[in-house]
Amino acid sequence: MDYAKLWFVLWAVLWTAYFALDGFDLGVGFSGWLAAGNDEERGKVFSSIGPFWDGNEVWLITAGGATFAAFPPVYAALFSWLYVPLLLLLLSLIARGVAVEFRGKASSPAWKTFWERTGAVSSLLAALLLGVAFGNIFRGLEIGPGGYAGTFIGLLNPYALLCGLLFCAFFFFHGQLWLSFKIEGPAAARAAGLAGAAWYPLAALLLGFAAYSWAATGLSGNFYARGYLLALPLLSGAALAAAKVLLARGLPVGAFLASGAAIVFFSLSGFAGIYPALLPSRLDPAFSLTVYDSASSPYTLRLMAWVVALALPVVIACQLWVHRLFKTPLQPGELKKSGMY
Amino acid sequence: MDTLALSRLQFAVTAMFHFLFVPLTLGLGWLTAWFETRYAFTGDEGYLKMARFWGKLFLINFALGVVTGITLEFQIGMNWAEYSRYVGDIFGAPLAIEATVAFFMESVFIGVWIFGWDRLSKKAHAGAMWIVAFATNMSALWILLANGWMQRPVGYVLRNGRAEMVDFWALVTNPYGWLEFFHTVFAGWVIAGFFVMGVSAWHLLRRNQEDLFKKSFGAGAVFALASSLLVAGVGDLSGVNTARNQPAKFAAMESVWETRTAAPMALLTVPRLSGEGNAVEAIKIPYLLSLLAFHDPHAEVKGLNDVAPQDRPPVLPVFLSFRAMVGLGMLFILLSGLGVIVWRKDLFARYPLFLKIMFFAIPLPYVAIQLGWLVTELGRQPWAVYGLMRTADAVSKTVTPGQVWLSLGGFVLFYTALGAVDVWLLAKYARKGMEA
Repeated sequence: MDYAKLWFVLWAVLWTAYFALDGFDLGVGFSGWLAAGNDEERGKVFSSIGPFWDGNEVWLITAGGATFAAFPPVYAALFSWLYVPLLLLLLSLIARGVAVEFRGKASSPAWKTFWERTGAVSSLLAALLLGVAFGNIFRGLEIGPGGYAGTFIGLLNPYALLCGLLFCAFFFFHGQLWLSFKIEGPAAARAAGLAGAAWYPLAALLLGFAAYSWAATGLSGNFYARGYLLALPLLSGAALAAAKVLLARGLPVGAFLASGAAIVFFSLSGFAGIYPALLPSRLDPAFSLTVYDSASSPYTLRLMAWVVALALPVVIACQLWVHRLFKTPLQPGELKKSGMY
Repeated sequence: MDTLALSRLQFAVTAMFHFLFVPLTLGLGWLTAWFETRYAFTGDEGYLKMARFWGKLFLINFALGVVTGITLEFQIGMNWAEYSRYVGDIFGAPLAIEATVAFFMESVFIGVWIFGWDRLSKKAHAGAMWIVAFATNMSALWILLANGWMQRPVGYVLRNGRAEMVDFWALVTNPYGWLEFFHTVFAGWVIAGFFVMGVSAWHLLRRNQEDLFKKSFGAGAVFALASSLLVAGVGDLSGVNTARNQPAKFAAMESVWETRTAAPMALLTVPRLSGEGNAVEAIKIPYLLSLLAFHDPHAEVKGLNDVAPQDRPPVLPVFLSFRAMVGLGMLFILLSGLGVIVWRKDLFARYPLFLKIMFFAIPLPYVAIQLGWLVTELGRQPWAVYGLMRTADAVSKTVTPGQVWLSLGGFVLFYTALGAVDVWLLAKYARKGMEA
């Protein structure tokens, strides 16, 4: 078995899982306040992600760690070349985590508002930065013979910014759908309404991004060569359409799962497009960092594949169990006991 | 300052800040789980109040430990790209395993514990905290196996211009990593024991909920005494291990310059500021240094004169940190031993001064653990991976000093604010006492 190719798939799956899982946390973080009418509802909004966000963020740590273990040169290049954006992402994620944990501990309304705003700004920034970073990866970085030849401003190109916006729109939609069944009362209806309204700009952004990718990046090559891969972007579009239908039929859980699937297939489409590169060069494919020249030794890849094969089912089972345990919205008494409200 | 110096400073700042929060969680999780289990099995509501009180302080602390840990992972790629390229094949594995098998468990079950009071049976809820406590300590194991590999690289070959893993078992059974693991987690347990004793002492001085705080104090004292004895025991083994594997570090810890057999130890040693030799060496105890270094009074102890100057760690900070850490460690045994006596004989009311001392002793184990890390990491210099890769060769080549100034400034500002808020919250909830 070619472990380097297997690890490309695992690498893509880990990042994709992170986007789909932390996507709703981030969406709730930056847009949940729109659905909440008062302080009590804002508390419910925040605690709706309370039992989950930490576990979801582990997928980022795992994706990062897997990049390090399986593709060390990619880890080194990605993190040192994109130094400033990564720094900003890091600070946003720290601020988001602290805001979620400390909001309920605030002693005055002013502090509560402070943590709510911190949570909103940092979640939005994190979503945007993730989108811009992966937009640049999908587009290809300016990698020359001596490494990265681009600039910080160059990362803020229209294509990457569009990808950033698309991430924000996806997470907004995903987060509002989450709220529409995870909290009780009028806020849930408002969240469903916001999700319904956000669907149109989201669908337009997704279509626009697909067209832009086709016209202006090298992503289409793999899809021409292997037609079956087209199933991925088509499934993303179909899942997004299904989300709208399910929402309209009053099936918010189904709509939420469908929007998660739309994120998953969107992300996988991008990774399918860049294969075999993990960091494609837009200057010359010869300078791309690919599965052939960036992978760890077969020994390490095999070992790590075993670790993933044994541990990941347990991780997934535990997280599913947590979702079942907290299926019904948290009750006021529980929020009080948690000390998080 | 250049990128190297700034990146080293940044790593020190962010790692030390991270390690202000992690060690308390390593021990406080066990204590919280213990209290809640007693409640689950006896139905004694007092233990429930204790579990909820100490659990809340655990959580405030846990949040910062988690978020500041991401910085360390990212930073290795951001600032130490050459290191990541050269050793990622072997060093990346324990980090990825830590995330997949340990960090995930604590993150999932901490949420279950916080919100699951009404959704799980009493025993299952206590079980969630046992899992969290176990997982935080497992996290430490994998991280310290990674660090242990930097101290004593094993299980690799140099191939394709990098260090490639050939023996995972050697990495997992590296005694250096295991000694670091036990020394570090036991030290974390000492912090937790002193934290519980100190906060309880504050309340006992004010006669708040005396019954519950006496019980808490007792648990903290027993835990701290056992842990500080274990830290000292593992510390002794670590000394032998260091003398064997990193003679330059050991020589710096003791400021030994002349290589000799049957080496005595000078209780009063003052290294020269110039970094060459000692200004004072007095009160020599024969054979003691050889005995400490190799558990053999006649063994040869290597001196720094036989280490090339470019391969020597900075002697003065390593030496001073080591002495201070050991001194503090002895003090912890004494204080926690007294704590056990005061608790067993219920002498709290007779010795208010002791309670005051225990309150003001809360920061001391923190100081000791930071000093310990200074010994370990400064003592490893000039190597990033001992004998294999120099720190100067590990730093990112494309990162500019301006970028690191930006990130370092950002971290310092951000972390100062976070630290202030966290300490303020800890103090607020600690003062509040248990639920009535």
